Amino acid sequence: MLRILRTRIAQGHRTTTFPLELPVLPERYRGRPKIDASKCPEGCRLCEEACPTQAISLSGGLSLDLGKCLFCTACVDACPEGAIKYTTDFRLATSQRKDLVLTDGDLKLAERMRDELYRVIGRALRLREVCAGSCNACDLDTNVLNTVGWDLSRFGIQFVASPRHADGLLVTGPITRNMHHALMETYEAVPKPKIVIALGACAISGGPFADSPQVNNGVDATLPVDLYIPGCPPHPLTILDGLLRFIGRLPRATDER
Amino acid sequence: MTSSARTSGWISARQGQCLSLAEIPVIPSEGLADHLISARRRQGRLANLFGRRMNDGEVMLYAFVANDNEGEVYVCSSRLTRTNARPLQYQAITSHWPAAQAFEREIAEQYGVHPVGHPWLKPLRYHATDDGTPAPWGMFDPKKPIPGDYPFYRVEGEEVHEVAVGPVHAGVIEPGHFRFQCHGEEVLHLEIALGYQHRGAEPLLLHRNATRSAIVAETIAGDASIGHALAYCTALESLAGATLSMRTHAIRGIALELERLANHVGDLGALCNDVAFLPGASFLGRLRGEFLNLTLEICGNRFGRNLLRPGGVLFDIPKDLADRLRSRLEGLQYEVLQVLNMMFEQSSVLARFEGAGVLSEEQAEEIGLVGPAARASGCMRDVRHDFPHGVFRFSHIPIAMETTGDVYARAAVRWLEVQRSIEFLLELLGNIPDGITCKPLGPLCPNSMAFGLSETWRGEAMHVAFTDDNGKLAFVKAKDPSMHNWFGLALALRGAAISDFPLCNKSFNLSYAGHDL
Repeated sequence: MLRILRTRIAQGHRTTTFPLELPVLPERYRGRPKIDASKCPEGCRLCEEACPTQAISLSGGLSLDLGKCLFCTACVDACPEGAIKYTTDFRLATSQRKDLVLTDGDLKLAERMRDELYRVIGRALRLREVCAGSCNACDLDTNVLNTVGWDLSRFGIQFVASPRHADGLLVTGPITRNMHHALMETYEAVPKPKIVIALGACAISGGPFADSPQVNNGVDATLPVDLYIPGCPPHPLTILDGLLRFIGRLPRATDER
Repeated sequence: MTSSARTSGWISARQGQCLSLAEIPVIPSEGLADHLISARRRQGRLANLFGRRMNDGEVMLYAFVANDNEGEVYVCSSRLTRTNARPLQYQAITSHWPAAQAFEREIAEQYGVHPVGHPWLKPLRYHATDDGTPAPWGMFDPKKPIPGDYPFYRVEGEEVHEVAVGPVHAGVIEPGHFRFQCHGEEVLHLEIALGYQHRGAEPLLLHRNATRSAIVAETIAGDASIGHALAYCTALESLAGATLSMRTHAIRGIALELERLANHVGDLGALCNDVAFLPGASFLGRLRGEFLNLTLEICGNRFGRNLLRPGGVLFDIPKDLADRLRSRLEGLQYEVLQVLNMMFEQSSVLARFEGAGVLSEEQAEEIGLVGPAARASGCMRDVRHDFPHGVFRFSHIPIAMETTGDVYARAAVRWLEVQRSIEFLLELLGNIPDGITCKPLGPLCPNSMAFGLSETWRGEAMHVAFTDDNGKLAFVKAKDPSMHNWFGLALALRGAAISDFPLCNKSFNLSYAGHDL
């Protein structure tokens, strides 16, 4: 008993100060890419060719679809002009699929859920997680939010065992053919009104498994999605930031950089 | 081939060696079962068994039998030819060597091959055969896509009841279905039906975009990204005859051990949670993240994505970063060991761990168990020691062993491995050798085969790669250790209380995605 107490004292208080303070992520962390089409030489398609998931498009100016992006370094390494760079900005979640397509401008980040939803589920959001073909990384970094380091429940967000107790689903994976049925049944079991969160490149676009005959390319082919959190996998900060935007719990100060 | 000593009907191979396809002995399919069983008698362990569809429609089977003591892998093949209109078939190996059970089901499901006499011939992942022919259990019906629709083994009798769990579980975990045959609390039999995670990963390992293939290798099992990437890169580098610098090997080794640490620490915390020892659960849950953050420092991703690529590593560890990692690791060493020492002295923890989910050494050998689970049952095997490659040829990590085969042993092996991996890292980070960290892979040797083995935190991962006449990658087979070990979990539950299932499950913590591919 004394040993437990001693260890407890030594371990100290470890919960992150986010969202009151912004954590500093390591220099090499690959967050939101920044693209500068003005650097693109005429006719150069090197980044588009290098991209493993066709997230980059040059038709109609340089654009990068964060929903497809695996945050690898293929485009950055391929570009001789440095037109694409990663920043350490971890804020990536959006409310609409189209908002994930990044151009020169700023990213339109997720907004609070609509008022009629917010009144019912906004202040105590309970989620049932459905893994539908993820490699497990998205699930693990979601689970991390339940550790003392993040303490998700202080925001009124909780992962529950039964879809009957949930306000919505958090879905990971490209939606394999073999999980499609179970996903639909779980969705049906959630009482209305309900929301769906697509977490990670697989759930948004199929990710590295896009166009495999064994998968659907993400969740929004079958269910309406209310929040998109991109990444492969997204950093826990990206996930928490997205969830807090969605329930309108992000202090305004945190949003200004 | 000077380094490969032939025993009759086998060719021995080591990691890094590129075998010409013509060198691989071809055994008549009628004699394949006997051939493998005689290799088993010479202390062989079935490391892999898979099929490959040839251009003429026939199927080649490839068997890999590892001799862990000698550090050799013996390879042979067998061509299944069509006679009249009969489906392709051969005499099943599983009936004499249960370690083959999942592998033979995979062959049956992928190619419609009949392993005649297989005692447990059922779908493994639920998909159609590659040419649309029926599998031995019948035609695949895409309108019935639920793997839960499965001929479960059933125990009948008064007071016997069945418990079905999954695919959607209570926690934030991957999907799988567990069917328990129980008498009261006692589990008479557990059958595990998987396939929900089947994404069709293997064909994507041949994607025209090389980055895409490498990322698919990393996402076969997302918590073992480095382990799988290492096996994949080793296979391809062996085909190219590439020599990597010691610096590259060192960085790969550092990443592999950090991955092991994060997962072992996290799972020990989860084990605490399952026996309601919450201080351990919360401290270790947080500490797991600290190890992931060290990987993030190296390559910008907590799971080590984009670090390993065929030909090297994409991120160097310069001196200042190595020093920083080292000093953080020293702090973590103190913290983690303080918590683990506390955990392993709690009688409430030990009482729940000891005697739970026992797997004997004999059972473990029979089913070809690998990784910490095998070492906990007294089977001395660890790829880093038995088939050393890269940095493990120079820096040795002692094998952690236990003998009781219960949850305690599986936890204790991981406890020991945590200590040894930290010591290994502290030493290596202090003197990372010089060298170039990445150079493009040259052309691959045509008509050849090579494999890569790595000791992921769950056990042996294996990638086998084949080239065609033009030296183009033609076929890659990936194996996650879970392919061996799920059967071990099912056996460990026999006679156990069903309420011990979460604890036993966590002590193995197998990959659904890695199994389902």
